[in-house]
Amino acid sequence: MRTVKSLGLHAVLLVLAVVTMAPLVWMFAASFMASGEASTFPPPFFPAHPTLKQYVELFTRLNITHYVVNSALLSLSVTALSLLVNSMAGFAFAKYRFAGRDKLFKLLMASMVIPAQVTMLPLFLMLNKMGLVNTYFGVIIPGLASIFGIFLIRQYALSIPDSLIEAARMDGAGDFRIYWSVILPLCKPILITLAIFTFMGTWNDFLWPLIIMTDDAMYTLPVALAGLAGEHVQDTELMMAGAVMTVLPVLLVFLALQKYYISGIMAGSVKE
Amino acid sequence: MAAIGLFFFIPVLAALVLSFTDFDIYALGNFSVARFVGLRNYVQIFNDPLFWKALKNTLYFLLAGGPLSIAVSLGAALLLNAKLVRWKPLFRFVYFAPVVTTLVAVAVVWRFIYHPRFGLLNYALGLLGINPIDWLGDPNWAMPAMILLAVWKNFGYNMIIFIAGLQNIPAELYEAASIDGAGFWQRFRSVTLPLLAPTTVFITIITMIGYFQFFAEPYVMTQGGPLNSTLSIVLLMYQQGFRWWSMGYAAAIAFVLFLFILLGSAAQTWLQRRRAG
Repeated sequence: MRTVKSLGLHAVLLVLAVVTMAPLVWMFAASFMASGEASTFPPPFFPAHPTLKQYVELFTRLNITHYVVNSALLSLSVTALSLLVNSMAGFAFAKYRFAGRDKLFKLLMASMVIPAQVTMLPLFLMLNKMGLVNTYFGVIIPGLASIFGIFLIRQYALSIPDSLIEAARMDGAGDFRIYWSVILPLCKPILITLAIFTFMGTWNDFLWPLIIMTDDAMYTLPVALAGLAGEHVQDTELMMAGAVMTVLPVLLVFLALQKYYISGIMAGSVKE
Repeated sequence: MAAIGLFFFIPVLAALVLSFTDFDIYALGNFSVARFVGLRNYVQIFNDPLFWKALKNTLYFLLAGGPLSIAVSLGAALLLNAKLVRWKPLFRFVYFAPVVTTLVAVAVVWRFIYHPRFGLLNYALGLLGINPIDWLGDPNWAMPAMILLAVWKNFGYNMIIFIAGLQNIPAELYEAASIDGAGFWQRFRSVTLPLLAPTTVFITIITMIGYFQFFAEPYVMTQGGPLNSTLSIVLLMYQQGFRWWSMGYAAAIAFVLFLFILLGSAAQTWLQRRRAG
């Protein structure tokens, strides 16, 4: 009875796993096919003669290096800068007593239901006035402070005992020194979590870079891919190679740092 | 804090002001051209058949896709939480992988999977004896195609939260129920579901907020077509604001979307409170 049940369970899990993985595996497989191979009947799942032709084409004719560099540069700078901003704000919310602190924090939490789309039009106009449309700054600036990030850091920093901060103050450490040498090292796990979230979020983001980047040379990978997919409707294999280039970095980051990512979801789901 | 104030709260207020003006492409060069038009944009939304279509599509996506994705998440979580299951981390990784992928990239991939002639989905259905479906070309099938992609992409996220919720249910409760002679379904209905209720409410709210902002799938796969059958509220806002530069009108659309999300979240929280109290 037990074995039958266990077999049944595993069969269902396996079917679900195959269905879940099939689109991704096919994406990898098709990116190594020769042009036109995917559009034959019956549709092949694996390439008959694996070739790197599509990737060569991406890097030479379509100049994808540009977009890879844009995406990497933007994601890394948003991650680094937002870690700094959010950790300072989160620390302040957790450990400083200032007037209206708890009210302000509640207001921030409540404003999480405001969809980002509401702010996009005025932000665009603002950045347009400042001459920041179609610049890296235009993409980086709105990503700097995130309410979710502040929340994560604050929850974590609350668990740091006040006595540690007092002791550092006795030793003559200033506010910045305390933040930099006491708080930050203790917050390391949650900082890694936030770094992964921010990196992936920025890498995968579509609507904002689509709006703010007007010049082809400034496109990020997802924006470029969406454009190419519109022009190259027939070039299935080429587009699959483009999709692999876009997805692979985030998949690898996730694979390497899974533990931190999952714990971030848990931390975000136990509010109040 | 100043940064959030500058790049979040001020824009929210500015958007509200914007939604009461006729801000358009001429005003982009010279702000003073824009005039206050009071509630005209909101009246226009009310009379715009495209908006009603977009609202209907978004609600369809939300009301069909949301519960389906939550059900799949819960099912996967229950399976993975079973004591007998081995290789849990492997299965968890596989189910979660689509969550971290780039939506645009997988939408490009699924556009080919949905190809009426060479797509894998129709091929697989053909093996089961089902006739080919023109997934993205048929107005009746385009939305189900979007929903299928969304469920595939998202169920892993809620699954993780459900697993955490399930692990918080004390094992003694199940043992007690078993001793009282409760079968699997009875245990599920009288132990699992009630104790999982806070988790479910949280998941329902975040899923709803996410599904209301449905945009990249139709943008990449159908551009809102065929016959506007996949036009969503955010896609309409994007087209109005950044293609036709009717920013006043687009801002009003964004606020209507916000209102819906607010009402939805409030309703969920209220229901939960009423049940608990």
